[in-house]
Amino acid sequence: MISTRLLSLRTLIVVAVIFFTAAISYGASEQFKGKIYNPGVLKAIDSKTKLKKGMKAPDFNLPFLSGEKISLKQFLGKKNVVLSFVPAAWTPVCSDQWPGYNIAKSFFDQNNAVLLGITVDNIPTLYAWTKEMGDLWFPVLSDFWPHGAVAKKYGVLRSGGVTERALFVIDKKGIIRYIDVHDINSRPNLEVLIKELEKLEK
Amino acid sequence: MKKTSAFIFAAILCFTFSYQAAQAGNRTPAKGESFPDIALVMPDKPSDKDYLGLKGKNTFKLSQVNADVVILEVFSMYCPYCQREAPLVNQLYDMINKRMDIKNRVKIIGIGAGNTPFEVGIFRNQYNIQFPLVPDESFAVHKAVGEVRTPHFFVVKINTDGSNSIIYSKVGSIQDPNQFLDMIVQDSGLK
Repeated sequence: MISTRLLSLRTLIVVAVIFFTAAISYGASEQFKGKIYNPGVLKAIDSKTKLKKGMKAPDFNLPFLSGEKISLKQFLGKKNVVLSFVPAAWTPVCSDQWPGYNIAKSFFDQNNAVLLGITVDNIPTLYAWTKEMGDLWFPVLSDFWPHGAVAKKYGVLRSGGVTERALFVIDKKGIIRYIDVHDINSRPNLEVLIKELEKLEK
Repeated sequence: MKKTSAFIFAAILCFTFSYQAAQAGNRTPAKGESFPDIALVMPDKPSDKDYLGLKGKNTFKLSQVNADVVILEVFSMYCPYCQREAPLVNQLYDMINKRMDIKNRVKIIGIGAGNTPFEVGIFRNQYNIQFPLVPDESFAVHKAVGEVRTPHFFVVKINTDGSNSIIYSKVGSIQDPNQFLDMIVQDSGLK
């Protein structure tokens, strides 16, 4: 009896917390008006990565919009790499994350870094969605098939089949130097990422 | 136990409803209404402070700005529409500056919704923006104006007693800066 009551109390608190956080702002752009599917407030993080700073980043080979493929190892010894996983195309926060990176190219250049966007969407979806953002200077990779395989390797595939909003900074030697598996409902702060890039050997 | 749960349940309900009511209270002020008398972050740059006629640190209010009309753009560096709009707003600023009759009377301020000072700085550098852009990192201003989509433009007439009235409040592009400025001059009674 007592445990049932405790359970219902817990449910109530959870419901209250959801109500409170439902008003999280993200400053939606008018650009996507009427085109964004609003999934509501989601569980902040829904996976657990086994990767840690200092570990070797798993390699991958994924297609991007041009149809060509990009692998992580092609940057070995040449470039630092930022992987930006976003949950899905046409969702609220993501649609206002990459356009910000799109006007911050100089910070990536200064730190000899490339930015790779990754989602589990297929190429046609990514094409339509990124077109809405304007011309992106960085490639957007499709981890569509086998579905979310790379996201799974990185431990950021959520139970519903989308990914976390996650950033991995990988140095020229292929070693992970920074991981931010962010609350899916909010946008990571750009200057934190840039400060991490500045710590790397150019 | 039963009493405690009931009390907690009632408290949660109360909080939830009052919170939502407060949220609902912040609707976007329309033409003819007042812009909320809310604290804005003081610009760092001395030239920005000079432009707005402000002194001091931390924050300022719209009523302290040395102008008859203030154009407020709620933007975000992350918003592609705002990025595309930036050259138009720059044109508007240049146009105002070239007109000696209104140069000192109409001022522009950009408010970066959810943006840090660093993020606002990226936007400023990218588009070479000469008018003040202030960060609204905590979304305080954004929430006070009903969480508008970006960009949202408010044109606010500052009255001599410090009160104000909005003569334009719309989301989306200003379209033609020339016509936009004509509308401002006309509707604010500057001429």
